[in-house]
Amino acid sequence: MVSFKINSEGVSFEGDADTPLLWVIRDHLRLTGTKFGCGIGQCGACTIHVDGVAQRACVTPVSAIGGRDITTIEGLAPSADELHPVQQAWLEHDVPQCGYCQAGQIMAAVDFLKRNPNPSDADIDANHTNICRCGTYVRIRKAIHRAAELSAGEKS
Amino acid sequence: MSAVLEKYRVTRREVLIAGSGIAGSLVVGLPSFASETDEDRTIGWFVQINPDGTVVIGSKEPEIGQGLRTTLPMMVAEELDVDWDMVSVRQMPLGIVRTADGFTWKYGGGQGVGGSTGLTSNWELMRQAGADARRQLIRAAAARLGVDESQCVTEPGAVVCTSLSSRIPYSELVVDAAAMPMPEDSTPLKAMDDYRIIGTHRQTIDARDIVTGKAKYGIDTVQPQMRYAVIARAPVLNARVKSFDDTAAREVDGVLNVFTIEGPEMGAPYIILASGVAVVATSTWAAMKGREALDIEWEESPSANDSSERFWAENEEMLRSDGQVVLDDGDFDAAIATASKKVVRQYRVPFVNHAPLEPQNCYAWVKANECHIIAPTQMPSGASRAAAAVTGLDRDKIHVEMTRVGGGFGRRLTNDYVAEAAMISMKTGWPIKLQWSREDDVKNDFYRPGGLHEMHAGLDENGKVTAWAQRLASGSKYYRRPNMPDENLYGAELYVDDFPRRIVDNIRMEYFHNPIGLPRGSWRAPAHTANAWVIQSFIDEVAHETGQDPLALQLDLLGEARELEYGGHGGPTYNPGRSARLLKFVAEKIGYGRELPPGRGVGLAAHFTFGGYAAHAIEVSVADGKLTIERIVAAIDCGFAVHPNAVDAQLQGGTIDGLSTALGLEITVRDGRVEQSNFHNYPLARIAAFPALFETHILNWDEEPTGVGEIGLPTAAPALTNAIFAACGKRIRSLPIGDQLA
Repeated sequence: MVSFKINSEGVSFEGDADTPLLWVIRDHLRLTGTKFGCGIGQCGACTIHVDGVAQRACVTPVSAIGGRDITTIEGLAPSADELHPVQQAWLEHDVPQCGYCQAGQIMAAVDFLKRNPNPSDADIDANHTNICRCGTYVRIRKAIHRAAELSAGEKS
Repeated sequence: MSAVLEKYRVTRREVLIAGSGIAGSLVVGLPSFASETDEDRTIGWFVQINPDGTVVIGSKEPEIGQGLRTTLPMMVAEELDVDWDMVSVRQMPLGIVRTADGFTWKYGGGQGVGGSTGLTSNWELMRQAGADARRQLIRAAAARLGVDESQCVTEPGAVVCTSLSSRIPYSELVVDAAAMPMPEDSTPLKAMDDYRIIGTHRQTIDARDIVTGKAKYGIDTVQPQMRYAVIARAPVLNARVKSFDDTAAREVDGVLNVFTIEGPEMGAPYIILASGVAVVATSTWAAMKGREALDIEWEESPSANDSSERFWAENEEMLRSDGQVVLDDGDFDAAIATASKKVVRQYRVPFVNHAPLEPQNCYAWVKANECHIIAPTQMPSGASRAAAAVTGLDRDKIHVEMTRVGGGFGRRLTNDYVAEAAMISMKTGWPIKLQWSREDDVKNDFYRPGGLHEMHAGLDENGKVTAWAQRLASGSKYYRRPNMPDENLYGAELYVDDFPRRIVDNIRMEYFHNPIGLPRGSWRAPAHTANAWVIQSFIDEVAHETGQDPLALQLDLLGEARELEYGGHGGPTYNPGRSARLLKFVAEKIGYGRELPPGRGVGLAAHFTFGGYAAHAIEVSVADGKLTIERIVAAIDCGFAVHPNAVDAQLQGGTIDGLSTALGLEITVRDGRVEQSNFHNYPLARIAAFPALFETHILNWDEEPTGVGEIGLPTAAPALTNAIFAACGKRIRSLPIGDQLA
């Protein structure tokens, strides 16, 4: 049995220890905001946070997260009425087309901005590697810059 | 009958309340008001007005990222005259009704998105739905106040009687309005100058649900008692299952059942792609592990010797012979014989995969006398037909619900995965959700056909193009359409009315069909993606070869605004002057013609796709074999932009799709096996490939909108490869670009 926290709630999983965290989150915990895109850690649609650090859930066995703290897209916003600055920026730039990859894009951007609160375009190019098949990259780039502004404003 | 299926024996008002809820919540349930009152508060098929004044608008089309779930309700809301912030949207299921000789559409128009028609096919229908509903509200108000309809007008959300200075909110009129028969005659529509919603910037209706992880896709479907299924697919194209040993698979914890799925004969019309072995389990992962543990023996496949190498060699050989002449305007032979300058070039366009980011999936529950399907599909009616073919049930016993779709790109025009899900549910009797893996998708697609194009141009002594030919050897995507004669196979690959037909007098087109075991289908903007690249590259080459400026040569060919006959999709006419306007516009924006440092270059391209026009200007640098896209200027003329925010998104996305594909994407075959499997060797481009200097422009032309889903894609690749030539003198004649600059 593996026990961990997900979006601040304690849970445990009794199945196969090599089950990827992605499928535990989706099939067993029924949190479907985290998406399956490739299964090999390439596209980032399954990006979640493990102890605040972005990780690709499709290549993370559930056995590796015992005692850890998982955040998914459903647990990112501080409250039902208030969005995380990255979500807010995504709304302002109306990023999504099909929207399927966007939870992963947002989770990746949140972690990236923690490490680099004011990134240049080159920083974004070097660090933001999630795939968007619809090609929303123009707006993702603007939204990351906007999220940096919003976060800076919150702190000041 | 289950509570879920009960809802499908619908009345008019139940269509809206049976839909999947805001942003497609798959727990099918009634909206809160319905439990408070049994009143009918719906007018027509698409409009429901709640006691609190909020308005629910039904959206009948699949949402694949093109934005129709926002755009269509904007049309209804405009004519209904309500404030947009009062509107929520609910996805409607497939609606078909039986007629004497088959089925017809229930909601007064078709359902399905392909060919950039989702907007145009609904432009009248949705506005009319809103206008008719508004008129019913006016009639209800007039009857209540005892005045003539002509004394009543509306303001957002209310009817106002000017003579009595009386104002009644829609929410207080809707029950009366719902009870009135709809008018026989159609209500006049607003003039463009009166629009308050259409043509304005609106946020995507589901954006908040998407960024909070609440929006539901097919893959998110969870239903009571549902099991999970995957299919083991043949490693060699078109191979059939000979036998299998499932001992180890059945030992995997959670595996419930393992059985063969029968596939079609190779090349025969299909409902599924190929045979395989289905594994059904209690979770996705258990099913996947069970699949890993299978030991399957496959029959020798007729495609076992297929290879890309052979396919491309055969195409070259074919082009040395005479093909099927599919267009012969004027006298090409005489014109080319007397030309003072001739240019001949070959261009290679590869097979590519659709790769929607949500892998194929489908929920199906087949019971003795009915079937429930929940699917991410572009063609819900095709899903209904596929399930009917599998189950033998009447189509009015098959209930198809649509979710948001994690990308379409033409892949989900084909409902093979729906048929597979129905097969598995029928065999087991269980409600199941079939899940494809990424590898399933990359290796088992209806690929964009690859082809080798040979272009000929003859010019007179003044540099004017007098003769033009396009000769193509490819694997037509029409290869297994029922009742398709061989002489019509070209129609999917060569669009005979495309530029420069009716501009250059002597034109010939020739086609050679080269069959290959790779399945083919429609990939976003189908053959335009090949032909725009080939034609726009060739014009650029002809210009350089004859000492002319590429922009000047193309503008000279395109000429003034005028309507030319266009028999293909997007016709009946084509106006080359609209292409010229866009080309001049993007050239000016990017500063075409200015002095550039060594290693830098600008490329241009324009094309007409399915009724709309687009042009690109791209600036690149090439240094030490490394290509950098420095700047992109894209422009679209879709007649009139109904939802400019979505038009802009499609132009951005289409540009990136075209460039990502040109940069690095190709599907190849060796020994009958697709060599690519996932994103490590089918590398969709990431954000770093695209510059921050990326601008899009919408140039309206008139009041007639066209679709936009495919228009922005075809010109991106030729603008890029023309820019590469301008930067470093390397002409790209084979896609993808890959490491050709190294």
